[in-house]
Order: sequence, then structure tokens, then C-alpha cells
Amino acid sequence: MRVEIDAAKCQGHARCHAIAPALFDVDDYGQSSVRGDGTVPVDMEAAALLAVANCPEFAVSVTDD
Amino acid sequence: MPRTPPVSDWATDFDVLDDSYVKDPFPIWDDLRSRCPVASTQRRGQTWMPVTYEDVTAIAHDVAAFSSIDTAVIPGEDIPEEEVLLPYGFPPISVDPPIHTWTRRLMLPWFSHAKVDSYEPMTRALCASLVEGFLASGRADAAADYAQQIPVRIIASILGVPEEMSETFTGWVRDVLEFADDPERVQRGSFGIGYYVFDEMNARRENPGEDLLSFLVHAEVDGKPIEDTIVVGMAMLTMIAGIDTTWSAIGSSLWHLATHDDDRRRLVAEPELMVTAVEELLRAYSPVTMARVVKEDIEYKGCPMRAGDKVLMNYPAANRDPLAFERADEVVLDRAANRHVAFGSGIHRCAGSNLARMELRVALEEWLARIPEFHLEEGGEVAWAGGQVRGPRELPVVFR
Repeated sequence: MRVEIDAAKCQGHARCHAIAPALFDVDDYGQSSVRGDGTVPVDMEAAALLAVANCPEFAVSVTDD
Repeated sequence: MPRTPPVSDWATDFDVLDDSYVKDPFPIWDDLRSRCPVASTQRRGQTWMPVTYEDVTAIAHDVAAFSSIDTAVIPGEDIPEEEVLLPYGFPPISVDPPIHTWTRRLMLPWFSHAKVDSYEPMTRALCASLVEGFLASGRADAAADYAQQIPVRIIASILGVPEEMSETFTGWVRDVLEFADDPERVQRGSFGIGYYVFDEMNARRENPGEDLLSFLVHAEVDGKPIEDTIVVGMAMLTMIAGIDTTWSAIGSSLWHLATHDDDRRRLVAEPELMVTAVEELLRAYSPVTMARVVKEDIEYKGCPMRAGDKVLMNYPAANRDPLAFERADEVVLDRAANRHVAFGSGIHRCAGSNLARMELRVALEEWLARIPEFHLEEGGEVAWAGGQVRGPRELPVVFR
């Protein structure tokens, strides 16, 4: 599983960072980004899906590769 | 006497200052969603009010059609152009791009995760000392003695203005937000804050400190200092948006816990739920409604909106939409999926959302650590404020 952030949609709610700080970074302006290449360790897949389900801007997504 | 004439039909004659709406808006939104999801009224000018998640977020994102030049839910009096002191209002909330973009960028680092972490110890100490102050008496007004005392002091510290002025700031902000239908109070509040901030701004030109106001006075954009009216507007916004809103969220959350024994006991027994509980309380009791101005005539879902009409951004109603949330009318402390828009949606997302979340969490933690059992005082009256910001203003509780 990999996580992605659509930077154009992100408005800095920072929910992804609050839920899964190991997967998502957030800068001083509130812009979130995925850490590394976005690969999700198996034990963090649930957290990744929660990050998707808590983004009010629908900016976070996961893919299966 | 009621503050407003009775509402004949909520779909065509709504009034957000109506007593029943202020006290209990939830059944009104449910009714509107089932028959007229974009309500309208001619009171205080033509105004539209979407109440579904889909409509509220769609309009919030359409900044080309819906402007932020007037975000007041209750319109102020018309002022002749030559008498307008702050032509841009309170940036970035009251402006569209491009001014929105650079004013917001100046503001955001002051409310970043890292900055907010640095404000947490002082917030925790403040909350603890407030509870210690009334703990022995066995009762408190959880709104006036607690919730209302917290955000104002943190904001004062960020702006670099004296904490001893807290009562005055609180009064001014309430004048502006809670008595928006009373021109005298609006003027007293806005002139109070405005001239205070203006004097403080000038004092910082020679003697800057480490505070937000000093930063704005000395900041440069494209090699030029920021206009005084924009600095004053931004500092006023910090005070107006950072005080009433968060204390309302803290107050509503304590009201919920005082009136729902199961939730209160569960949160005390399972403190690890606090993270989801804070989001859920923000969803269920979102304090803030904003407004937009229709730029050009447009039809939205069959509604003939004309240029200059107001549209209320009813984030609190969106957050109760059953199409967006399962069990939308219930508080579910461990709700896992929660895309609530208590802080708005799109480019005007509340710049202080990290701060508000921290203050709400710490305020609840410090209260519950010392007062795990409390309920409404028998015979006591809970008083609610509404309109732009909804929350309890009197919340008498007992805990012994």
C-alpha cells in the first residue's frame, strides 16, 4: 500500500499528520506531504486508511502498489 | 421578549438569531434537509442557507463565484466608502486571492504544529489553575469561569498584549460577534479592538518584541512593508476569531459531558479516546457559521442567487448531515471516520485550527482530571449565544 497527497487539494487541516505522523509530514504553512515514497508498512495500513477517511478535502488517497 | 419576530417558515423566512435556533438548531436543519436544503430569507437582506455537507463544501470551494469580502452572518450597517477605516477588513478571512494568499502565508507559521506545541504548557498551567480556583466550592459556571477564560489569554500572549486586559478583550469580541444586530455594541467592540491594536502596533515600531504583532509591523512583502490597515485588520482577526470560537467549543463540549453521563464516564475511564472525542465534539457542536457574498447572478440548485446576496456557510449543519456521517445526530466518542468541517473547507480553512484543537483537548483533560463527575446545577439556566458563533455563555454545573 502507498499513500498519496494531492497538494492542490490540501488546505492544512493536518488530520493525516495527527493520525499517522510516521506516514505524513506537515510544514509550517500547514501543507502535508508523504514521507519517503509513501510506502505504508503493513502494520500501518489501518492508520493510512484512517487518514484517508478523515481528510475534509479528500486530498489523501491510497493505492495498492 | 424575543429578539426577533417569529419565523413563519424556516425554508423561506429563517432567522439564525431566533431563540429556538440559537438553543436547538438541530431539528431545524433536519427538517430543511428533508424538504429544502438551501433555505432563504429576506431578513437583513437576501440570504441563502445551505444545510447539507455537499452544498456547504461545494460553495466554500467555489471562490470564483462566492466572495469572502463580507463574512458576517449578521450584516453590519452600511458605511459610506470614505468612512471605511479598514478597506480590506480582517485579512485573510475577509479577502479573496491574491491578498488572501500572502496575508495567510504570514499568519500560518504562528499557528503551525510546532508553534502550537510550544503554547501547550502555558495552556495546561492556565486550565489547571482555573479549576483549582473553584474546585473547593463544588460548583462553577463552566462557561464564564472556565471556557471563557482560556483562549483569550493564549491569544493575548501570541499577540504580545497584556493578559490583564482579558476581560476587556472578551467584552469587545462579544460585542462584535454576539450582538451583531446591535450597531452600538458592534461599534463599541470593533472600535475598541481596532484602536487598541493600532496603538500597540505603533508602540512596536520602535520597540519590537517576539510577538505576532511585532512580526507583522516589521514584515515585508515583495520588499515593502505591509499597509497599516492590513496589519491592524490581521491583528483584529487574531483576536476576534481566536477567542469566542474556541471558548464556545470548550463550553459546548463541557455541556455535552455534563448532560451525558455515559460519555463523560467513558472519556474518564478511557482517556486514550480524547483524540477522536475532540474531533467528534467539534463535529457535533461546531461553533462557527461564516458567510459569502454572491459575486454575479448565478443559479445554484434551482436557487436564483443575485449578485450581492449573502450565503451562510453553515458548517455546523453540514457536520450533522446524515448523508455524510453515520449516526450524524449522535456523539460517538470513538468515531473513526470523521471528515468534519468545523474549521471550514477550502482556502479559508481556519488558520488557528491547530491551536483550537490543542486548547479544547487540554481544557477537557485538565477539567476531567480534577472533576470527573459533574452535572448541570438543578434550577440553573443554561444560556446560549448564537448567530456567527454558537456556544453556552452561562453553564452552571455542580460537582459535589
